[in-house]
Amino acid sequence: MAEGKWDAIVIGGGHNGLTCASYLARAGQRVLVLERRPLLGGATVSEEIYPGFTFSSCSYVVSLLRPWIMRELDLPAHGLEILPLEATFTPFPDGGYLLRDGDAERTRRAIARFSPRDAEVYSEFGRVMGELGRLIKPVIDRPAPDPASLDPRELLDMARLGRTFLDRGFDWLAAEYKMLTMSAVDLLSEWFESEALIAPMSVSGIIGTFLGVRSPGTAYVLLHHYMGEIDGAFRAWGLAKGGTGMVAEALASAARGLGAEIRTEASVERILVSGGRVTGIVLENGDELRARRVISAVDPHRTFLGLVGEGHLDPEFAGQVKRFKLRGSSGKVNLALDGLPEFSCLPGEGIHLRGDITIAPSVDYLEQAYDDAKYGRFSRRPFMDIVIPSLTDPSVAPPGKHVMSIFVQYAPYHLAEGPEAWPSQREAFGDAVIDTLAEYMPGLEDRILHRHVLTPWDLEKTYGLTEGNIFHGELSLEQLAFQRPVAGWAHYKTPLRNLWLCASGTHPGGGIMGAPGALCARAVLGQRGSAA
Amino acid sequence: MPLPSPFHLRIEKLCTSFRWKDWAGYHAVSSFDHSHEREYVAFRQAAGVIDVSPLYKYEVRGRDAGRFLSQVMARDITRLGVGRVTYCCWCDDEGKVVDDGTVTRWGEEHYRVTAAEPSLRWFEQGMQGQDVTIEDSSQRIAALALQGPRSRAVLADCSDAPLDRLEFFRATTARLDGVEVGITRTGYTGDLGYEIWIDAHDALAVWDAVIDAGRAHGLEPAGLDALDMTRIEAGFLMLDVDYYSAPREVLESRKSTPFELGLGWTVHLERDPFVGQAALVAEQRRGVAWNLVGLEADWQELEALYERYGMPVSLPAAASRDALPIYRGSEQVGRATSHMWSPLLKKQIALASLRAEAAVAGTDLAIEHTVEFERCRVAVKVVKMPFFDPLRKRQP
Ligand SMILES: Cc1cc2nc3c(=O)[nH]c(=O)nc-3n(C[C@H](O)[C@H](O)[C@H](O)COP(=O)(O)OP(=O)(O)OC[C@H]3O[C@@H](n4cnc5c(N)ncnc54)[C@H](O)[C@@H]3O)c2cc1C
Repeated sequence: MAEGKWDAIVIGGGHNGLTCASYLARAGQRVLVLERRPLLGGATVSEEIYPGFTFSSCSYVVSLLRPWIMRELDLPAHGLEILPLEATFTPFPDGGYLLRDGDAERTRRAIARFSPRDAEVYSEFGRVMGELGRLIKPVIDRPAPDPASLDPRELLDMARLGRTFLDRGFDWLAAEYKMLTMSAVDLLSEWFESEALIAPMSVSGIIGTFLGVRSPGTAYVLLHHYMGEIDGAFRAWGLAKGGTGMVAEALASAARGLGAEIRTEASVERILVSGGRVTGIVLENGDELRARRVISAVDPHRTFLGLVGEGHLDPEFAGQVKRFKLRGSSGKVNLALDGLPEFSCLPGEGIHLRGDITIAPSVDYLEQAYDDAKYGRFSRRPFMDIVIPSLTDPSVAPPGKHVMSIFVQYAPYHLAEGPEAWPSQREAFGDAVIDTLAEYMPGLEDRILHRHVLTPWDLEKTYGLTEGNIFHGELSLEQLAFQRPVAGWAHYKTPLRNLWLCASGTHPGGGIMGAPGALCARAVLGQRGSAA
Repeated sequence: MPLPSPFHLRIEKLCTSFRWKDWAGYHAVSSFDHSHEREYVAFRQAAGVIDVSPLYKYEVRGRDAGRFLSQVMARDITRLGVGRVTYCCWCDDEGKVVDDGTVTRWGEEHYRVTAAEPSLRWFEQGMQGQDVTIEDSSQRIAALALQGPRSRAVLADCSDAPLDRLEFFRATTARLDGVEVGITRTGYTGDLGYEIWIDAHDALAVWDAVIDAGRAHGLEPAGLDALDMTRIEAGFLMLDVDYYSAPREVLESRKSTPFELGLGWTVHLERDPFVGQAALVAEQRRGVAWNLVGLEADWQELEALYERYGMPVSLPAAASRDALPIYRGSEQVGRATSHMWSPLLKKQIALASLRAEAAVAGTDLAIEHTVEFERCRVAVKVVKMPFFDPLRKRQP
């Protein structure tokens, strides 16, 4: 390889690495993406784990993917199609259920069975959350505001944001402030009285965190997830046809079309540093590749403590990186089914199977699930978020057969016996998930052709997510915006010259979003602001 | 009062939304559910089936059938081989379009023409002295459009049609659950898809077999709202929306030639005489005054516009047929005739009739857009059509 052939080497072919590479290539840069695995996508991946069945192994719904990225990179032309999820279904152990869908009147009647008051408040809540999300949206479509910065343009941005809140009257500011410090359950309890609604709605506040629905700060995470739903009007919320890996495939196709080169099975062992300056990388096979800059699309721990090495870091900075919390808390079970399973509370096929199915019957149930985790055990009765993508997208399973994706929390990376104990507990974890679900779906076990269980240990070893954290670092308040990953280094730059970060460990954070990758590319290119 | 279509007994049970409209005198479903979204998605991701029986159908038979059709159509139908389908339009003497549809050659001396409007009288005018007969088969023949990436799998599971050999715009006969049917690889969605032509007596049996086979493939019965969105993405025109039938209009400004509608590719000028030939030749020499093109809205501007009103962008979920003025600077250069938010493309798109000077790909224009009862403008660009053109549409 000719010295300096590349303007940029991107480490990691996850969706953010690919987004960043596309934007750089679009600006005429010579870009090389290096991915450790034989296939692209990282946690945004489709895999045929069992013949004929395509699993979205890790992430399973697309909710935050920035619509402007889809438009600017013309992702639909590269094969990306998002299919809507039609409903949210919550079965209860007593044989009842709550089904919410796009038909506002039907949903109102469904909620009224639990609380006529909540039924009326529900649409009002949706409006207020939508409005809050709209006000917050510029934050995720722009680099993090930096309060310490003296850059006058930056201050202007912050002022504008502050003014947006003030213009709405003081209540908005108060509401926003509350979001930052409350628990998801506190916030929801201010609006609703029925647990049948509060419990399933509160779980958005704990996804990917090591917190419980009653832990402070989870209200904010709830909002983070709600943001996806504002663009919901434009159907950005749903399943990717062919599995979430199609997001990565479409991005890769766009990147290649724009001239980027992508190599798989090219694991980076080390980032080359000399005199505080990054000059290239060394692959596991020993090849050295040089580039004007290196952009890491892996998490901050792996980047700094693994690929760079503490020796090259200022101890203060290294300390902050170590304090950046990963603490994975989730697992995943993917099933290949030989037919459609049935809920005993609502038998047969229907819209309730075509949406999001939430096993979150009560606040205490969720809190108990968290209690297990606090003591280093996986939840015996976990919270689960389930989708059956094959109902909407038959391309992921043979005719008449189905795939079921089960996101499970809690599965703490740090088991009481240590994370290395996970392989010996994997099947017990899988059993806990299936046994719990079978209470609602009797006969589920008999339909299972194949069971694919992912523990946080597997997420780390197979998918490269340190400590199995699905977001490259918790989305807790102290790890967001200008503090993500480290205060003072939230603008994709790092203390090492020519080394940049572009994945979920940077602002605005995790999820299939693409914003970190795109915003990093803009920063690299010296462009400001965002397209949106 | 509209009539029930041959599939009505099945369809009325499924149409829980009670959203019906009148299509050519038949009850037709707008959307089966409270929203057409699932049906739209099925067309693009799995398969959708829609009753298209209300299309007008004409059987043209006789030794001179091909020659006769070539005299009526702007396209040279004598070139159409047996087992092939073609898309074409027909014009009046001034070269203004009367209607558009498909012609399928089912046999040496048997063609079927589909039309959006009753056309028997129009066709009969040119028949004198030739060995040709025309039968209005509109009621006798029921039709289903089975469209979407899984449509082939559905059809393979319920018929013996040689689908691997059935290329884009070809026709075949087959047995579907024991019933003799005609199958063409055609449709109005711009996707992989088929149309099934059925003797009306067999309609229910065929419907049941298709629905049964579709169960394993995510097939959804679909209505006209979903179809309308897919046809706009495919860049297909609709009579009475994107253009008007010349003989029914008084105002010259409402009439269009095939060239003005972007249908120049369907016109064969140099051949034996056909209706409108002289006018079309003259127009080609002169150059067109209008052109039908695709438009794409500038999303940033749309967002900024709504932001001024303190709102997120809010666009209707269904396609709209309210014509909107298109401007270049302060001058109106045409109108958008169909427009919609495409959930697939994440873009606001439109079909528009523009003065030829403004209709060049890449031209920056503005479209009227109403926010909070105020008329505003949003930047649009002229783009190539179709907006969506998946490979699978043509693939073997
Ligand atoms: C189980 C699970 C469920 C989830 N569910 C959802 C969901 O439903 N919706 C949602 O929006 N988000 C979800 N997420 C989160 C989302 O998937 C991630 O936040 C996102 O995919 C991260 O993308 P990324 O590009 O930032 O990083 P990654 O996807 O982690 O990409 C990093 C890439 O770097 C590669 N790599 C690592 N080390 C090296 C090396 N040394 N050399 C070369 N390459 C290397 C990795 O193999 C990987 O491909 C989920 C995550 C998990 C794990």
